[in-house]
Amino acid sequence: MKLEIGRIKIKDIQFGDRTFVQDGFLTVDKEALAAFLKEDERIKDVSIDIARPGEKVRIIPVKDVIEPRVKVEGTGAGFPGVTTKPSQCGQGRTHVLYGAAVVTVGDIVGFQEGVIDMWGEGARWTPFSKTYNLTVDIQVVEGLDTHTHEETVRLAGLRAAEFIGQAGKDVEPDELLTYEMGGIFEETAKYPNLPKVLYAEMMITQGLLHDTYIYGVNAQHILPTLMHPNEELDGAVISGNCVAACDKITTYQHQNNSVILDLYEKHGKEINFLGVIMVPEHTTLTGKLRASDYTVKLAKMLGADGVIVSEEGYGNPDSDLLMICKKCEKAGIKTVLITDECAGRDGMSQGLADTVPEAVAVVSCGNVSHVVTLPPADKVIGNAESISVLAGGWKGALLEDGTLQCELNAVIGSTSEIGYHYVTCREY
Amino acid sequence: MVKEIERYGIPIVHMATITTISESVGANRIVPTVAIPHPVGNPSLSAEDEHALRKELVGKALKALTTEITETTHFD
Amino acid sequence: MSEKFKVLYYVNQFFGQVGGEDKAGMPPEYRPEKVGPAVGFEGALQGEGEVVGTIICGDNYFNEHKEEALEFIKKTIKETAPDVVVAGPAFNAGRYGMACGELAKTVVEEFNKPVVTGMYIENPGVEICKDKAIVVSTADSAAGMRKALPLMAAITRKLAKGIELDAPAKEGYIPQGRRKTLFVDKRGSQRAVEMLLARFKGEEFETELPMPVFDQVEPAPAIKDLSKATIALCTSGGIVPQGNPDGIQSASAQKWGKYNISELDSLNAPDFYSTHGGYDTAFANDNPNRVVPLDILREYEKEGVIGKVYDWFFTTTGTGTSVSNAKKFGQEIGAILKEAGVDGVILTST
Repeated sequence: MKLEIGRIKIKDIQFGDRTFVQDGFLTVDKEALAAFLKEDERIKDVSIDIARPGEKVRIIPVKDVIEPRVKVEGTGAGFPGVTTKPSQCGQGRTHVLYGAAVVTVGDIVGFQEGVIDMWGEGARWTPFSKTYNLTVDIQVVEGLDTHTHEETVRLAGLRAAEFIGQAGKDVEPDELLTYEMGGIFEETAKYPNLPKVLYAEMMITQGLLHDTYIYGVNAQHILPTLMHPNEELDGAVISGNCVAACDKITTYQHQNNSVILDLYEKHGKEINFLGVIMVPEHTTLTGKLRASDYTVKLAKMLGADGVIVSEEGYGNPDSDLLMICKKCEKAGIKTVLITDECAGRDGMSQGLADTVPEAVAVVSCGNVSHVVTLPPADKVIGNAESISVLAGGWKGALLEDGTLQCELNAVIGSTSEIGYHYVTCREY
Repeated sequence: MVKEIERYGIPIVHMATITTISESVGANRIVPTVAIPHPVGNPSLSAEDEHALRKELVGKALKALTTEITETTHFD
Repeated sequence: MSEKFKVLYYVNQFFGQVGGEDKAGMPPEYRPEKVGPAVGFEGALQGEGEVVGTIICGDNYFNEHKEEALEFIKKTIKETAPDVVVAGPAFNAGRYGMACGELAKTVVEEFNKPVVTGMYIENPGVEICKDKAIVVSTADSAAGMRKALPLMAAITRKLAKGIELDAPAKEGYIPQGRRKTLFVDKRGSQRAVEMLLARFKGEEFETELPMPVFDQVEPAPAIKDLSKATIALCTSGGIVPQGNPDGIQSASAQKWGKYNISELDSLNAPDFYSTHGGYDTAFANDNPNRVVPLDILREYEKEGVIGKVYDWFFTTTGTGTSVSNAKKFGQEIGAILKEAGVDGVILTST
């Protein structure tokens, strides 16, 4: 499977009377985009705005972040199974408006949205302070049930990204990246002496606001499944969840999964990267036992020597993570786990809900309860008040002068458990 | 030491004065004793009284060994 | 800082230059001066702070009269109003460490004042206070004094001035177990890939999140019929036959001994004595049964309460002995006891 990613580097976003890219400047026709989104009758109103790196802008509450793209060659246009009809992702050529992002904003039902600050202290903690963000705030018609409301907002974000992505269709990319990997036997014949590595990507699949979709299939209902890494990099996986903002995998992070990219980097040189196992995180012990057994079985069938396991969320998924670890290590497969810690605001608590002695190689992406103080913004996109209900926020977290105090919990991508960001914990 | 011996499945009772240490090293059956220099004895007592005290302490240790426990237990 | 910050110092009877084990029972006293390590400590403060006084307390007194000792310390703190309280260093002295640990914990909890102490990593006092106070990591004996005091002083200066401490390894203190969130140069996924490669190559790697060790042993099942049971005696109190034939160390034991007691009804002086260097052995030497109660156990045997006293008793010294050695001793002794079909063990500690 061969996928070419053509990066069109975006230097700024502005509004105009049509949507196009020229010399790295993305111009968006706001009215046309709003009209396109409102084709969905469930959407009453859309407000669209721009947040640039360095601006004293706060976006809250953020639901998802999506990278605008367009398929220029091959199958897999859009988000197959979700916004477009099913087709194979991971091959051909895709153009990316690199450095731009669609950010969906708006109160839904839960507490699980987050904050992005584009400047200062807050900007350090989120990877999405570095992207030029087109914010899409969606108001739905009255009377929608919560599931439908969530779905409406989810689809609107994806469709907005597709709409804007079209602007890159006929633009010559600044950079062309190639991701190519043949069948497992083929690759293993090429690199017989390299250790075989799998990536087990755990996904929150626990109900409303806690689901992940693969080609439109709610992963709640799957057994762990094997994917070619290119598929995820090309839009096969989308986020339907707003679990704690700090460590949920946004759609943007699926499209740019850092574990996949960093393993690809070593493929054919130091490792033989076999593929990605998508692992659902169930809510029952039975489900966890089954999913962990199945994951390890797949790893054994593929002859993996090592597995990197990334978690999504915390609390009960900690036990899934450690079950997979324990069973892999018992099977002689070396593991490295990526997680974050709930060590309390003072950092003194035990960070995981479970423990196994086999977990000897663990990457920590930070303490979700670490408290940050974010100074007042000049402009708030969305609703600043919502911090009082977000995970990681609390009543009174928003001070009179607009200063925001919250745990990293509320900051999008701050403790990303696919290791997308640069935060860790050390013992002091 | 206590823990390693217990690992063989042999019940062991720790007779110690500083029971906080005893607990932090992981003893399960603990009999608090008199003083560091004379755990199972008390020189300030009469010979008769000391003997009675010592008999009682060792008796507690034996009781500990015959008592089923599920967590760290003090026998005092 | 125009005014010097004030330090209250705590030492045991030995470092307070009162005396050795014979003075271990002394109750606390306050002296408005620098005593023992406090002198060198103040020098290392480089003029920024001063030691206003020293509390001296016997190790046995503290451990046996904890409440009273702490009351005295609290009273002294109220009277002297120090900015920082400094205790030790206690190195690997268990009772001294326990005293420093209890003191540190109490002062931080009740006065919210910073406390700096110093201990060897295996000192049981570390666990009592390391999350509250700053425990400088020291050598296992007083030979480490020269190294410990400047580290303790440097940390004290920072704490007194409200400066945040650097990483434990840099400052030389035992980690408090606090997970600090910070930024690093490489993203998490890259660190994970590198860690996996290191595992493949058999290279050293360091986990970023050590799993907690809940090292608890399941309690062994109780003895069903005591009247048929064989009971073994074991001690860390250093009771050995005259002449200490196996040369068991008086501190930081590297070995253990076993001695046949099948012909004895009692461990009598001077045939047995204590070689333990960590406590006043006078009472034990007077009557070794106060540490290893063979005489009483024989009585229970004669009365038919227990089946039999095991023919051998096991001994070592607990003071300054590393956890890893203690573990090894336990494994070796346990194997013998298991083999011999011993039903239960009484282990005494001093």
